[in-house]
Amino acid sequence: MIRLEKRPQPSRGWVIGGPILAVALTMVAGGVMFALLGSDPVEAMRIIFWDPLFSERFASYSRPQLLVKAGPLILIAVGLSLGFRAGIWNIGAEGQYIVGALFGAAFGLAFYPSESALIFPGMVLAGLLGGVLWAMIPALLKVYARTNEILVSLLLVYVAEAMLASAATGWLRNPEGSGFPGSRNLSRHPGTDNPELIAGTGMHWGVLAAFVAVIAAYVLMQRHVLGYQIRLSGEAPRAARFGGVNPARLVLLCMGISGALAGAAGLFEVSGPAGQITIDFNAGYGFTAIIVAFLGRLNPLGILLAGLLLALTFIGGELAQLMLGLPAPSIQAFQGMLLFFLLAIDVLANYRVKWGREAAA
Amino acid sequence: MIIDPVTLIVALITVATPVLLAAIGELVVEKSGVLNLGVEGMMIMGAVCGFIAAHESGSPTLAFVAGMAGGAALSVIFAVLTQLLMANQVASGLALTLFGLGLAALLGVGYPGQPIPDVAKPLPEAIREIEVIGPILFSHDLVTYLAIALVVAVWLVLTRTRAGLILRAVGESHDAAHALGYKVVRIRFLAILFGGACAGLGGAFLSVIRVENWVEGMTAGAGWIALALVVFASWKPWRVLLGAWLFGGIAALQLRLQAAEVGVPVALLDASPYLVTIVVLVVISSDRRRASMNAPAALGRIFHASS
Repeated sequence: MIRLEKRPQPSRGWVIGGPILAVALTMVAGGVMFALLGSDPVEAMRIIFWDPLFSERFASYSRPQLLVKAGPLILIAVGLSLGFRAGIWNIGAEGQYIVGALFGAAFGLAFYPSESALIFPGMVLAGLLGGVLWAMIPALLKVYARTNEILVSLLLVYVAEAMLASAATGWLRNPEGSGFPGSRNLSRHPGTDNPELIAGTGMHWGVLAAFVAVIAAYVLMQRHVLGYQIRLSGEAPRAARFGGVNPARLVLLCMGISGALAGAAGLFEVSGPAGQITIDFNAGYGFTAIIVAFLGRLNPLGILLAGLLLALTFIGGELAQLMLGLPAPSIQAFQGMLLFFLLAIDVLANYRVKWGREAAA
Repeated sequence: MIIDPVTLIVALITVATPVLLAAIGELVVEKSGVLNLGVEGMMIMGAVCGFIAAHESGSPTLAFVAGMAGGAALSVIFAVLTQLLMANQVASGLALTLFGLGLAALLGVGYPGQPIPDVAKPLPEAIREIEVIGPILFSHDLVTYLAIALVVAVWLVLTRTRAGLILRAVGESHDAAHALGYKVVRIRFLAILFGGACAGLGGAFLSVIRVENWVEGMTAGAGWIALALVVFASWKPWRVLLGAWLFGGIAALQLRLQAAEVGVPVALLDASPYLVTIVVLVVISSDRRRASMNAPAALGRIFHASS
């Protein structure tokens, strides 16, 4: 008879070892899935996790993609992790990402064809603002109308997608684009572009911002009183209230920060790797970032590693599509599986597994 | 601009059916004290499984059974994670949605545009063609009537039977229910399965009857709207029906307005079902007494017998 006994505190070993075991189990389960799809599982794993980094044929293209894809994931996930720690669930980062990109792109295009060096910083600020405004809707509704922020932030993603479609086909459409949907290209126009900073690395301003966000979040959580309040509210909401933490202020701050970072990530993407506003330029980073945040244990350094790993699955997934003809959604299912295993293994961090009967008390 | 009220009402009831099914299932889950945010994922699994079964077998009945099985199968993962492994319900529900969307897309590769059989209407044509009340009352699919019957059944079971009382007791205080000898985990497990089957049936209705096609991501937030409906309904079955028809009315009306090309921007019309859902949530939630009156007290809390 198996019994679970609650640990007084989560086991430190499992908190760190859990994600590693989850990745290993996902590889096994994913291998079974790929075998069912008719591919050699070992080869599939090699193509997804090894070839993008080390194969002679692909690494020169794939390696820079690692930072390109990890940048937005890390930037968004760091923001989300603050709220998640405090029990504030912003799951509409995808919407904030889109609105940030729209605000930033609209700002840059408003000054077209100027090539002033001030435009890009302005675009970044506009992107931050767009993300904050979109995140403030669920935040203010939560504070003043007690509306569930999970539902509102998620529903607003669909509203943002409708806005994106109207921008790409209407008010931001390239007037010289012979009627095709999509805005002017931002990344090929000096002044509005977010260039690769060091050739061959994939490093752009957004990746740099992600690294800065990791460090800032680490300092915030470890050294600043706000970080203490966030952790306290998540672990003991009543104690936090008695300790003078203002819950409304915390909601606005956490939602605002995560919205700002998601909006900035959208702007960096649209002015760099994506290049222009199109109907589907958003690649679902806002949702994958939720997996990144959990896999990284809501810890900034963990998120850095988790972001790189999930970026690798994106790149490796594309490669597996090309080499093995695996269907594109298989990698999305693979990423979802990772989150399942992670949540399942959490039981080992919080509970001790005991064999045999409970001793009579 | 011609919008015929009779066809609008018929469309409204059809559009509302998938959301109604998913919402009534989720209501039972939440009444047992569990918050399953994976409705969207279970619905899309139902949609793809139902469509594949309809295409491969040619039998609508099998399609709906497959849809229910698909939704329920996915909900088993959630039940194991949250009930046996005590995982966080919010995170597990999100994981279910993300995984369900991916898995459904994977299963559905090659199926978009495949032919499926027509589903026969249950009532004879003579009744269906009576003026006005024929289309509104008698022209629907069997699943639509089933969905409404399910609302009545859930209401009866929750308020009039011992089983309903036990389910609500588990949702109000799992510790007290446990002390009285009720199997909290088993009851919640069954409730989650029921919710999964309902969401799956709703998804299958969407792909097999309403759209008659499989499209990746075709649920387009219907699962989230179903979750919002449960809050809107203050956990009361009748109000879920009302909310689903309200949502269906907006969704059906905006499609007609788009076709009629009135002067309203398409983006605003596209977004209107989501915006209206948010507005309704705000109105309901801001009334402090009504919002919290019916919410199950143990909603979302983890139950561990030895603690």
